[in-house]
Formats: sequence, C-alpha cells, structure tokens
Amino acid sequence: MTEWKVICKVDDIPVLGARRVQRAKGVEVAVFRNAEDKVFALLDQCPHKRGPLSQGLVFGETVVCPLHNWHIGLVDGCAHAPDEGCTTRFAVRVENGHVALDVNELNTLAIDDATVTN
Amino acid sequence: MTNKLKLVMVGNGMAGVRTLEELIKLTPDLYDITVFGSEPHPNYNRILLSPVLAGEQTLDEIILNPLDWYSDNHITLHTSWTVTEVDRVKRIVHATNAAGEVKSAPYDRLILATGSNPFMLPVPGRELEGVLAYRDIADTQAMIDAATKYKHAVVIGGGLLGLEAANGLMKRGMSVTVVHVGEWLMERQLDKVAGSLLQRSLEERGMQFRMGAHTQALEADKNGRVASVLFKDGSHVPAELVVMAVGIRPNTALAEKMHLHCERGIVVSDTLQTVTDPRIYAVGECAAHRGIAYGLVAPLFEQGKVLANHLAEFGIGRYTGSLTSTKLKVTGIDLFSAGDFMGSDDGSTEEIVLSDPHEGVYKKLVIKDDQLVGACLYGDTVDGSWYFKLLRDGRSVADIREKLMFGESNIGDVGHEGHSKAASMPDDAEVCGCNGVKKGAICKAIKDKGLFTLDEVRKHTKASASCGSCTGLVEQILMFTAGGDYSATPKKKAICGCTDHSHQEVRDAIRDHKLLTNDAVFQFLEWKSPTGCATCRPAINYYRLSSWPKEALDDPQSRLINERSHANIQKDGTYSVIPRMWGGETTADELRRIADVVDKYNIPTVKVTGGQRIDLLGVKKEDLVNVWKDIGMPCGHAYAKALRTVKTCVGSEWCRMGTQDSTQMGKDLEKAMWRMYAPHKVKFAVSGCPRNCAEAGIKDVGIIGVDSGWEMYIAGNGGIKTEVAEFFVKVKTSEEVMEYTGAFMQLYREEGWYLERTVHYVNRVGMDYVKKKILDDEAGRKALWARLQFALDGEPDPWFEFDKAQVDTRQFEAITV
Repeated sequence: MTEWKVICKVDDIPVLGARRVQRAKGVEVAVFRNAEDKVFALLDQCPHKRGPLSQGLVFGETVVCPLHNWHIGLVDGCAHAPDEGCTTRFAVRVENGHVALDVNELNTLAIDDATVTN
Repeated sequence: MTNKLKLVMVGNGMAGVRTLEELIKLTPDLYDITVFGSEPHPNYNRILLSPVLAGEQTLDEIILNPLDWYSDNHITLHTSWTVTEVDRVKRIVHATNAAGEVKSAPYDRLILATGSNPFMLPVPGRELEGVLAYRDIADTQAMIDAATKYKHAVVIGGGLLGLEAANGLMKRGMSVTVVHVGEWLMERQLDKVAGSLLQRSLEERGMQFRMGAHTQALEADKNGRVASVLFKDGSHVPAELVVMAVGIRPNTALAEKMHLHCERGIVVSDTLQTVTDPRIYAVGECAAHRGIAYGLVAPLFEQGKVLANHLAEFGIGRYTGSLTSTKLKVTGIDLFSAGDFMGSDDGSTEEIVLSDPHEGVYKKLVIKDDQLVGACLYGDTVDGSWYFKLLRDGRSVADIREKLMFGESNIGDVGHEGHSKAASMPDDAEVCGCNGVKKGAICKAIKDKGLFTLDEVRKHTKASASCGSCTGLVEQILMFTAGGDYSATPKKKAICGCTDHSHQEVRDAIRDHKLLTNDAVFQFLEWKSPTGCATCRPAINYYRLSSWPKEALDDPQSRLINERSHANIQKDGTYSVIPRMWGGETTADELRRIADVVDKYNIPTVKVTGGQRIDLLGVKKEDLVNVWKDIGMPCGHAYAKALRTVKTCVGSEWCRMGTQDSTQMGKDLEKAMWRMYAPHKVKFAVSGCPRNCAEAGIKDVGIIGVDSGWEMYIAGNGGIKTEVAEFFVKVKTSEEVMEYTGAFMQLYREEGWYLERTVHYVNRVGMDYVKKKILDDEAGRKALWARLQFALDGEPDPWFEFDKAQVDTRQFEAITV
C-alpha cells in the first residue's frame, strides 16, 4: 500500500510554476503545475549541472533549467534530445485539489545525491 | 491493416526525405508512408557527390538516411522502382523495375519529389558510350571508373557543377578540358572579373579551357566509345569521357503525364500543393513556386518544412520563397555570390569594388537605395555570410557604407573572431568559447548527423548557443563543411518554433491590436503551442508591457528566473543581491547595513562590481526577502533586462580637472530612469571631462561633460564584442541630457526586439533613423520622453512592493514535509 502524504493544495503552486518541497534528508523535490492544472514532481536538480529545476520556466509539459537552458520533460524527467540525461521522478496524486507525494519515495529516492557537491 | 491515411512519395531524394523527417517529428502516426526511388540507394547527400568524385569522401559517408531509418520509422521503401503512371481518379501509383515488373500503391496524399534531370545538349553522338551527365551516384561511379582507364576528359559547361566535375576528374589523374559557351565561367554566379580570376586559378592547377566554344558533335572511336569533341570552328579536343553539365531541368515528365499544370516545374501554391490537384504536393527541384524552381538545398528544406506542417494538418506554414547564395566546392578556391551581383546598367545600382589581382582577391558589393542587393566575392569569402545576412535583412547600409567592404570584423559584430577564417582554422581550435566547442567537433557533427542549418548545429553541438558571438564563424564552418548549398534561407526569422511570426510582426500586432495578455497574443497570432516556450514568452511579456504601460499586467511566470526572483541565480542555485547606489555613491550608514547583513546571513562573498556597486554573492533564496529588507536600499535591477547602473566619475565637485558635475548628472539620470524595463540590459555612464574616467564610450548611453555642455554618445557596448559608442549630439544643459537620453531609451523600448542591445537595434534601423526621430523631430522627441515618464511613473520597487510588482512571494518559502 502506498502511503501518500499531502504536501499542499494545487492552488499553492503558481500556474506554469513550481514549489520546492524540503525533505527530512536529500535534495529538495520540485512540484510543478502546468496550464492544464496537471501536477508533476521531479528531483529539484537538472541532470546536467544540478540546476534547481523549480526555478525554471514551465511551458506545455516541459521545464527549462535556469542555469543552461536544458529542456526537461515533466512527465519523464528526461532531457529533450539532443541533450541526454534524466532526473529522478516522484509519483504524484491529486485528490480534491490536494497534492500528495509517496512517503516511501520521499524517504528513499535520490537521498545519496545530497552528499554530492560540485 | 491499419486505417491510417496513405501517403506515397515519388522520389527518394534530399528534399522529399527531409519532408518526411519533418512530418514524423510533428506526427509520427498519422500516415502509412511508402516511398518509391529509382536509384538503388537510400537517401544520400547529393551536394557531396563532388567531394566523392574528388576522392575526399566516400559514398558511405554521404548517406543521410540509412535503410534502418526507413524501417525504424515504418516507412515502406521501394528502391530501384520508377513510378511510371499515376491514376488520379482511383488514386493509385504504378511503378516498374528494371525487370519490367509492376508494383502499385494506393494513396490519400501524394508527394512528387522527382527532382531534376540534367540537360543533354542535342548534339550528334550524345548517346555514345562514355558520354555522361553528372547527377547521381551512378554517374559519379562511372566517372571514377573512367578515370582509372582513360586519360582525356571534356566537361561541357563551365558552371558550378561542371567545374566541380572537372576538378574531381583532374584530381583523379585525368587531363581535363572545360568547354564553356559563355564569355567567362559561372556567369550565373560571378561577374566577369571574378570569373576570370577563377579561370586563372584553375588553369594554374592544370585545368584547360575552351571559352566561347560551341560543340558541334561528339565523335566515336571504332568501338563506339566517344573519342573527341568537334567544335563549330572545326577544331577537335580528344575525349574518352565527356561530362555534360550544362544545366538541369525540373523533372516533370510524370507530372505532365498526370495532366498536372507544369511551367518551368510542377506549379505549386504556398502550401506546396499542386494547383491542379490539392491531394498532390510537389517539393524540391521539380516544383515551381511563384515561377522559381530552386536548385539549392536550403530553400528546398524550407519547402519540406512547410509541406510537413500542412500534411500534419497544422495548416499554419506558408512558403514564401527564398534568397539563395552560392559557394563552389573546390578545395582551396573561395568564392561566394548572392543576390543581384551584376548590378544594372541603368544607373539604379552602385558598386563598391576591391580588386587585388596579385593576391587573387576580388570583392564587389552592389548597392541600391542604400541597401545591399548583391555580393560577389573571390579569394576572401570570410564575410560572405554577413553580406548575405545584410542582403536578406534589407537593412539600410548608409551608416556603415564606408566600412562595408572591410567586413564584419571592422563593424564589430562578429565577437572574438573575424580574422580567423573558418576554413584555415585547425580542428582543435575553439570556436565557441562559452561551451568550449572546437571546430573539429562542429565539422564532425555536421557530417555525421547531416546538419544543414545553424539551429541544428546549435542543438547538437551547443556551438553559438549561448552568447552567440561566434555565430558568424559557425555559419562559415557550416558553409564550408556542408557545402555551397548551405544558405540561411528564411527571409524573416521566426521568434521560435511556436510561431512563424518574427519579432517585428509580434510587436506590431501587440501594438496595433492592443493585445494585453499572453493568451490574447497566442490566440490572435495562432500560436502553435498553447503556452509558448522559454524563448517567446519572455519576449511577448516584454512587448506587452512596453507597448501598453499601466494596462498590460506583468506575468511573472513568463519571466526567466532572475526577473522572477529579482536576484541573479548562481551556479549552485544561490542568488546574488546588488542594491542600487545612485551614481555609484554610498554612505557610511549604507555600508554599515551591508556589513551587518553579510554577517547576519553568512554571505560568503562580497564583491565590487564593474558598475560601481556592491555585490553580495551566495544568498539563499529563502533569505532574499530579509536581506533586501535589512539592507534597506532600492533594488539594483542587476538581474534584469532593465536600466542597471549609471557609472560616474567624481566630476567637478572634487576633481581638479572636472568641468561638469557628472555625479549629480548620473544620479539624476538614474533616479529618472530606474525601474525601466528594456529589450535588454541598459547601462549609462557620465564623465565630467573628456578624460572620460567613467568609460562612457562603451555604454548604451554615454555622457561626457565638456566646458560648454555635454556630449552624448549612444549604442556602445562593453560586453561580448566591444562596441564604441557613436557621437550622437552635443547639448548645453542637464535638462537636455535628460530629455535626449529618455527619448532614445523610449525609442529603443518601443522598437527594439527582445534581447537586442542598443548597438544591435541602432545597427538594424540605422543611426540616421535614430537621429531623424530624436534630433530632427523636436515634438517627437518630447513625446517619447513624456511616454517614458508616463510608463515609469509610480512603478514599484520589486524588493519592497511585492503586490504591485507582481512578485509571487510563495517562491521564497519551501514546503516542508
């Protein structure tokens, strides 16, 4: 059974924008909201040079990394060709306007990355 | 069986297959695609046949789409099948092969991409063995084989293709004579002087010429192979191989059989549909668009893009024609021509000519009504792409006319290069300093991936994708590597992939139709993507705000991170904060507050900037609001496309040399114009005397105090490529400095394209135009200045007035779990 943790309301995320979610341990998670009110969650770290994706410009189902303009797919967390690389995806559940993330994923996914620095 | 629409393509060449590539990108599943090709090969790069003939590349290297590509994309490919008949009523194509078998395929949409045929002179003997055209791999292979067995070759036709063929045969050891009916070589691309220089250079390499010669007949030996060429004057030249390269004709045989309207090609509309049958399209060398059948690859790719767009049922693209340029692919010979390089005899055009026969350099520029309309370069083509750009943009060259001949590096738009000719650079030379891309990597990507446009090179190599200062160089490498058929074809450049509209068209629409929101713009201009992209949204946001101050609302989600968070993001995701110091002057109180903030928030680095301010680096995003509050100084906009600093010297208040109070002037300018968003960042400087300690010569507006008043310089730039500001006007009072500066700024704000610095704006519209608007038109100047004051009146400080400045403060807090 997946244990879901409510993070915020959909309306707490700007349309075509993002919020950062701080975890007990590990790099923050970015939750995005697009123009159709779809919500996505990715590790807040570009696969290129670790830029904070939560700070990027969102369009369609893409976020553009604020550091070097890489285009990252919100659905799969992967860079658009010809760039290569993926960031970690997190499962999202939206119910009654509330955004929830998987507790197990929050506690385990990409935790080690926090120790890596540039 | 699927019930997808059936798309059949007749022809398997570059234009057609590029169309399919574009189509698959847009809609991979809409069609069942079948391709018929007469040749046994998959799509290859026909432009590179000349290097293959010359032994510089192999056939394998010039394949663009290997067979795997067709199967991976579920395209049924029938090579060595020639379509001989099309039943337009039943919508079926019939093809035959060498064995006489017949294969049929039904279609819902049909693309004719039949290319062109070489024109064979109707002389006796043209059917003899050893007489060839130069068009495809088979011809090339036959020429390579002949070169191993025979000694003498004659190439009939001294145009682009003929000379490339002659050069290749010569490199393979044959003795080659070029027969040309014209007075000089390549008369469609070169004028007489350049054509003669070319001939001399080729003669030095051993090529022989018969100019002005009319071929009478080709004579056979006893085995029925060609042996010599007979001319009208009765003379002979021995020839065991004759290559006809006197031109190509659009291949319309099938189209005519189908009763499609043909006139110098298959006549198509702007959507590449044949005018006779809208189910049928024609693309490439076989198509006649507005009376022109193009033979160069870039326009054909442009056509392919439009056609794919239409097939994908997007229905937005229109092809409106292309300008083309030419470059000869003979290693070691540099020539370039574009536009109306001959000029006209009726006195309506002027020519600027540089000729140095000793060095083998010749350049001719043709000017009409202050615009560059043609260029013909021989020996030194480094500026070819720049001239071509000027030609395409149609901008006035009146203000740069005296420097035009000496190239872009003299004007100063090429960034850190200009002297370095793309061709002579070693492979390990760095081209793009931002992304560390070397020439070898660019050439390799162009060859391996079959790149043809600047955009493609940018995407794949990152060269010229950051600051753009090496764009000219990358274009030259592209021209040099991809061959002469590269040309930056579109007459106007779309803002981004979301639209076909240019910056100017979007600006105009927003102003003329009062489009106040992004959605209104997207809807009115039929944007292809519902929420735009990271390129167009910031531009549209700026155009709305600058066109409709006080009415259009800022959309923070359409701003890139720095303008959204009102600080500069750094490589580790922290921010830098630069408070405003009017004219670079500060106080003990301000410095104390800054020092306290540095301690309180553990800010790791404090740095003095080039613009006479203090930069606090390494501030965490969640601390930004409190840092601003504690410092208590106005926002410095050091992160924004806006007025940044007004750099000043101390001026007459202290300096024994000073003639004017430059610090006060600087403060006044800054207080009047801070919070001013612009197409790009804007920097001012004010010096109090001609010693110019504030370096006013490299600023967007530089003011220099002299005894009798102030001199104003505009459109300088200290960045990527240093641009010296040009003298604009001398005024007497500080009020005039304010008015003229404000008017120039407002003109730039209203007319500049997003991300265009003042220097590029002024280059585009011409200094004369700016002078006319501001110096000659007093009422206009005052109106501009008034409009700027109106726009800035009551504008908020984004560090303190969050609501009014549309700052979404949620961004500063992380959600905790």
